[in-house]
Amino acid sequence: MPTPDDIRSLVEPGRVHRSLYTDPDIFELELERVFGNAWIYVGHESQIERPGDFISTRIGKKPLLLARDLDGNITLVHNQCAHRGVMVIASDCGHTDEYRCCYHGWTYELDGRIKAAPLLHGYPPHFDPTNSASGMKRVPRVASYRGFVFGSLAADGPSLEDFLGYMTTSFDDMIDRAPDGALEVAGGTFKHRYRGNCKLYLQNLCDAAHPLFVHESSIVAAKQQTDDTYSDGSGEIAIRQMRQNGAPYSFWEANVGIWCYPNGHSFLGDYHDDSKLVAALNDPVFRDYMNVMEAKKGKEQTRKIVEVRRWNTNIYPNVSFMSQFQQLRVVHPVAVDETVVHTYNFRLRGAPEQMFRNAVAFANIVNGTGSLVLTDDLEVYNRIAFGLASAGPEWLEIGRGFTSDQPDQHGGRRGKNSTSEVYIRNMFDAWLSYMAPDPVRQSEARARPRVAGGSARP
Amino acid sequence: MSPTTIHAAAAAKPSAAQLDAGACEAFLVHEARLLDDGRFEEWLALFTTDAWYWVPAQPHQANPRDTVSLIYDDRRLLETRVRRLASPRIYSQEPRSRTTRIIANVTIEEQSDDARACVVRSKFQLLEYRRDTQTAFGGTAFHRLIATDAGIRIAWKRVDLVNCDAVLDGLVVPF
Repeated sequence: MPTPDDIRSLVEPGRVHRSLYTDPDIFELELERVFGNAWIYVGHESQIERPGDFISTRIGKKPLLLARDLDGNITLVHNQCAHRGVMVIASDCGHTDEYRCCYHGWTYELDGRIKAAPLLHGYPPHFDPTNSASGMKRVPRVASYRGFVFGSLAADGPSLEDFLGYMTTSFDDMIDRAPDGALEVAGGTFKHRYRGNCKLYLQNLCDAAHPLFVHESSIVAAKQQTDDTYSDGSGEIAIRQMRQNGAPYSFWEANVGIWCYPNGHSFLGDYHDDSKLVAALNDPVFRDYMNVMEAKKGKEQTRKIVEVRRWNTNIYPNVSFMSQFQQLRVVHPVAVDETVVHTYNFRLRGAPEQMFRNAVAFANIVNGTGSLVLTDDLEVYNRIAFGLASAGPEWLEIGRGFTSDQPDQHGGRRGKNSTSEVYIRNMFDAWLSYMAPDPVRQSEARARPRVAGGSARP
Repeated sequence: MSPTTIHAAAAAKPSAAQLDAGACEAFLVHEARLLDDGRFEEWLALFTTDAWYWVPAQPHQANPRDTVSLIYDDRRLLETRVRRLASPRIYSQEPRSRTTRIIANVTIEEQSDDARACVVRSKFQLLEYRRDTQTAFGGTAFHRLIATDAGIRIAWKRVDLVNCDAVLDGLVVPF
């Protein structure tokens, strides 16, 4: 077991030790300390709209059930029967008035309390079926920010809003784009895998310096495509997006920014200037949408909403989303060198249906398992794992922009421009705060009064 | 038979005279051979100028507009996909995959009165080998075929993978 000092020695200014991506012991510690303490995105309220709706989800590697119980409360419980350990629910989602174990018929309320079980007699004193602690184990904290549901395996810690901090404005950006002020998960999911460490995924999503190289094959192929070939509209969106990936460094350095905030969060500025990809620009689909928005929210408010220009927002450690085309990606660590990513789309409630169809077409090219773009990203993650299997340099360099990063007026910091790796350094600052907490700050946290209902630890 | 003559035989175009079961099966075998041989531009040439190629992400998926798809290419994107496959910078194909496919259970599901257009259903098994890993795919394909003066053409192709909603590695070589 590495000591806090051992762990601190693995992160230096502008570089990190390779073992952070390769050491199974560090991976297990991350599950315990990062995924065990941070707020982890577990689902969206639109997936559990009616009382009785549930979905399977997880925190780290732990399978969970997220539900809206019969009283309308959001519940999050470990998917394990209190009796002999069977996974109670085997489906991805559903609607039920109780969870029922297939092994001996134990049933549970959706908040995990035992509802009924056959032959409940003769148990020793430690097991009391009427005690709610005896049922399916509850995740200590679950909270929602405007429909986005997070869970925390830690009984104590900052509130969800404190954890998100300024990043709530990125959620607002996505939600406020819905004319009815609400989003719904729709349009299916992609589930893809790569043979590399889970940290690589978020570290790539705000990486302004990679598209020109990683995506060269799709950029060039898209640039060479003639526009008079038949398209039903979906291929056109894909091709325009691939061309935008070919923006030169001069564009990224002159026109795009990167912003970082406490707890490892960050967002990349938008790098699009194509009228079919930016709502504020002139396009028939966006014009219809703007008309609906203006009718609901007024011209001035609509202008303020669509002029927000953010690309990917990363909420460390497990979720990234993008408001312009309403995409969200959830990172699931599997092993130190294996990661699964689930991606989702949202419908903007009240928007013209073509907006959603364009978001689906966009998802296919950006998140699709068979995408011309994503497949090269996955290859890079795999090759990082192969590269780190060598005996090459001990340290990985994350120092670009180190000497020119600047403070941000909302309590964060930003790169001089988007090509700074400041957002990776920012993630590792958060990583260190979870993995090797400062003992002084820890004791201060312990001295604070506990939130009512939080379980007391010795 | 030398390797050269084998290749020449593969390149021979199937007859477009009539879309009976035999002609359709011969065409699907020909298409599979082009894909296994990495002759993607010739494969693209089998499609009509307004064709689409679709690999749904869900079983029984109703359409490619309201739900994401593993692959959904209209003709324009299909051309881009094939052009990218020829790029020396396609890192997800470095090294290249090798594939081998078996097409079977070919049936004609729908046919026009003049037998010049039909929807063909077939089963396939595909092994893909790349960088020390062999991956098995299987499923059902639907082709809408049209007999033209230039030969049989694909108006659309739908490929339902038996594991379409599984966790998958990146998909690069077309089905």
